Amino acid sequence: MANWIKITEVENIPSMGSRVVLVDKTEIAIFKTKDGSIFAINNICPHKQGKLAEGLVHGKNVTCPLHNWDIDLSSGEALGNDSGCTNVYESKIENDTVFISL
Amino acid sequence: MKEKLIVIGNGMSGLRTIEDLFDITKDKYDITIFGEEPHLNYNRIMLSYLLSGEKTFEETIINHQTWYDEHNITLHKGDKAISIDKENKKVLSQSGKELEYDKLLIATGSKAFIPPTPGSELENVIAFRTKLDSDTILDLISKDQTAVVVGGGLLGLEAAYGIAMHGIKTILVHRSGSIMSQQLDSTGGRLLQKNLEKYGIEFKLNTTIEKIEGDGKVESVTFTDGVTVESNIVVFATGIVPNTALAKEAGLDTKKGILVNDHLQTSDKSIFAIGECVEHNENTYGLVAPLYEQAKFCAKKLADVSSDGYSGSTLSTRLKISGVDLFSAGDYLGDETTEELILLDEKAGVYKKLVIYDDKIIGIVLYGDTADASWYLKLLKEHTDISDLRTKILFGKSALSGDTGHGGDDVNAIADDEEICGCNGVCKGDVVTAIQERDLKTIGEVKSCTKAGASCGSCLGIVEQILVNTLGDEYNDTVEGICDCCDVGHKEIKECIDTNEFDNVYDVFRKLNWKTEDGCAKCRPAINYYLLVKYNDDKYQNDKRSALVNDRNFANIQKDGTYSVVPRIWGGLTTAQELKDIADIAVKYDVPTIKFTGGQRLDMFGVTKEQLAPMWKDLNDCGFVSGQAYAKGLRTVKTCVGNTYCRFGTQDSMGMGVKLEKLTWGSWTPHKYKIAVSGCPRNCAEATIKDFGVIAVDSGWEIHIAGNGGIKVRVTDLLCKVETDEELFEYTKGFMQFYREDAYYLERTAHWIERVGFEYIKNVMLNDKKRKYYALRFEESQKSAQVDPWAKAIKDGFTKEFDPIVIKPEDSESFEAKETN
Repeated sequence: MANWIKITEVENIPSMGSRVVLVDKTEIAIFKTKDGSIFAINNICPHKQGKLAEGLVHGKNVTCPLHNWDIDLSSGEALGNDSGCTNVYESKIENDTVFISL
Repeated sequence: MKEKLIVIGNGMSGLRTIEDLFDITKDKYDITIFGEEPHLNYNRIMLSYLLSGEKTFEETIINHQTWYDEHNITLHKGDKAISIDKENKKVLSQSGKELEYDKLLIATGSKAFIPPTPGSELENVIAFRTKLDSDTILDLISKDQTAVVVGGGLLGLEAAYGIAMHGIKTILVHRSGSIMSQQLDSTGGRLLQKNLEKYGIEFKLNTTIEKIEGDGKVESVTFTDGVTVESNIVVFATGIVPNTALAKEAGLDTKKGILVNDHLQTSDKSIFAIGECVEHNENTYGLVAPLYEQAKFCAKKLADVSSDGYSGSTLSTRLKISGVDLFSAGDYLGDETTEELILLDEKAGVYKKLVIYDDKIIGIVLYGDTADASWYLKLLKEHTDISDLRTKILFGKSALSGDTGHGGDDVNAIADDEEICGCNGVCKGDVVTAIQERDLKTIGEVKSCTKAGASCGSCLGIVEQILVNTLGDEYNDTVEGICDCCDVGHKEIKECIDTNEFDNVYDVFRKLNWKTEDGCAKCRPAINYYLLVKYNDDKYQNDKRSALVNDRNFANIQKDGTYSVVPRIWGGLTTAQELKDIADIAVKYDVPTIKFTGGQRLDMFGVTKEQLAPMWKDLNDCGFVSGQAYAKGLRTVKTCVGNTYCRFGTQDSMGMGVKLEKLTWGSWTPHKYKIAVSGCPRNCAEATIKDFGVIAVDSGWEIHIAGNGGIKVRVTDLLCKVETDEELFEYTKGFMQFYREDAYYLERTAHWIERVGFEYIKNVMLNDKKRKYYALRFEESQKSAQVDPWAKAIKDGFTKEFDPIVIKPEDSESFEAKETN
């Protein structure tokens, strides 16, 4: 059974922006896309460990702030001609609150 | 349900249209293609290499069977379409297939034109248009026979070269006195002829064929000069005529070619035509680049995407003969109203001619050294005023900047294993291989596949040259979109924003038919910038979510995710108290590294994101504001000590530096912007490599513009000299505003001036009315821009999101979470 962890109210995640969540030592980036969907992925770019949370959000992707790799938020996969993958976590919104499953 | 699209012709222009269509939509049409030749789509331009044996047929195939399969395209190869019934929207093929269409694309190309010649009906009199022609030529030629090629144009020369490469005696007859007279002037023609004679081609100029004789087959050829030779093959390359028969019979309007509008539509709106078979604005084209341009607009119309439409092409030519570098474009002959700039070195085999009209290039001929072809062509197409380049322009782009490193090399001289991109370690060979094997067509594709030029971009000039040299005629330098989301360049975007009203970046995307809903990290910051320029910050709010990390977080992100913090040190002058305050704050936040910057201030490295807001607050409390070391806007005003202490100083450069920084801080520009003020011409503040450099002289101030000390050093141009401080302020404001409004996003002043020309900028800046206009606009925008971004971010509550949400182990077990502080 999934262990859902309550993170924060959905309004605390800026639209087309992100928040960093620290669980123990793990940094997870929670994104909100333009349509209001929530995504949770490891805050580490598979290329050179850039902080994905600082990237520009477009569609269901984020562009890493260090070297502009585009990462698919739903799969964690690098897009285009780049290859690599970062962990993603399941997330859900219930009663305007964001939960993720580790 | 999908609409039915039938394409008649399985050649380069028809298929390119389909590829462009797929870039926009893959789901709109069920596609069926009829091709007369029994082959897949091959690169007809490569026929010369096929003939000379430098390439195999397999290498010339553009679209393999798998491509047709993947896209569910039905290909009827070797089955010619024989009639079109436009009333009932049906196409009938030779094998008896009758298919209905919703949209029809005619891409029937052209056929060889053979002038009336006695004996031209004999067997082995052939044209040079198809793979079959090439195969026939290769079958017939033999060492003990002479081959005759008629026509000294591009195709004729390539045919003659291809045949001569097999060691065959080849005679080329040409009716005018100079070869390639459609693309070359007589000097260029003479040099080319001399070179080709080395391959064993014999030229007969001002000559045509009197008659061809033989018993069923070619046996001898008599020329108009009275000479008769024994020959078994005559190849005609005397021009092409558009294949219009099918369209004509169907009742479509035709003249020389099938008549089309700017969207490549024929007189029947459901029927499109493209390529060598069409006539657009009284022009027909027989080269590939214009056809590719047409394909773009045709694809858009087929996809129901609006566009300005095709407006004709500037023709440029490259001869595909190994060891011959030749390029020509535009009006290469000129007339009595034009001027010519010529460089001719017969011994070295170099000839360059630029035809100039009204200080602009209108024609180009390059022979022997074509390294700068793409640069000249760009100047031609963009109608750049070249009056201040003209003394050096013939020596090439590298001579202009005095740069012997990046950007100006002749790529032919670069070895395959030589590194061209220092940032990503990419060699020339890697780029060439990627272009050939992965069928790359644009600089963007090369960047994305090979990473060459993808970082600092200083090698992009070389990358472009490699692309041009590898693709030859296929290279199409029409404006690429600023990113993959669109097909429009900066110029069109700016024009659109200038002439329409928008509330946000997404409105602009919709208006310009963006392929994505919310753009990407390349286009969104650019559009956000253009909207800021148009409306200023009080009418259009800078969109944080369209800004990249440094501009959004008001600090410079470092490779480990920490930030650097730089407070403003006005004019590079500080006090003991300020230094003490910075030291105290650095100690308080345990800053690991402090460094003096090149812009005369202190950079604190290794600051974590959650430390930013409290640190900014402490700095604000001591009277500091953000140094905006992250900004696309004013960075620093660097000064030397000036006449306050220096025995050589002529003016108070420190005082002026502080004043200029107070005047311009907070402003935003297309890219970073640096100012320096030197107290005398010894120029200790290095003002001549700044965007705006001021040098004190005894009688006032010299104003230097558009320098750069970065990737490629560019020394400033001297704009003018002013006597008073007030005049200097006005130029400072006016120039910054003009740059802000005129340049493209991410274009430094140095790149801007090289694109638009110094003359253009001078004309505005030295015009009192225009300068004052821009200075006033600058003052207006500064009213809302001179707000410390650190204080504002704290006040607006934006920095709240800088703190991580910490989930403690006990929280995660009890499914609870709370925000820190």
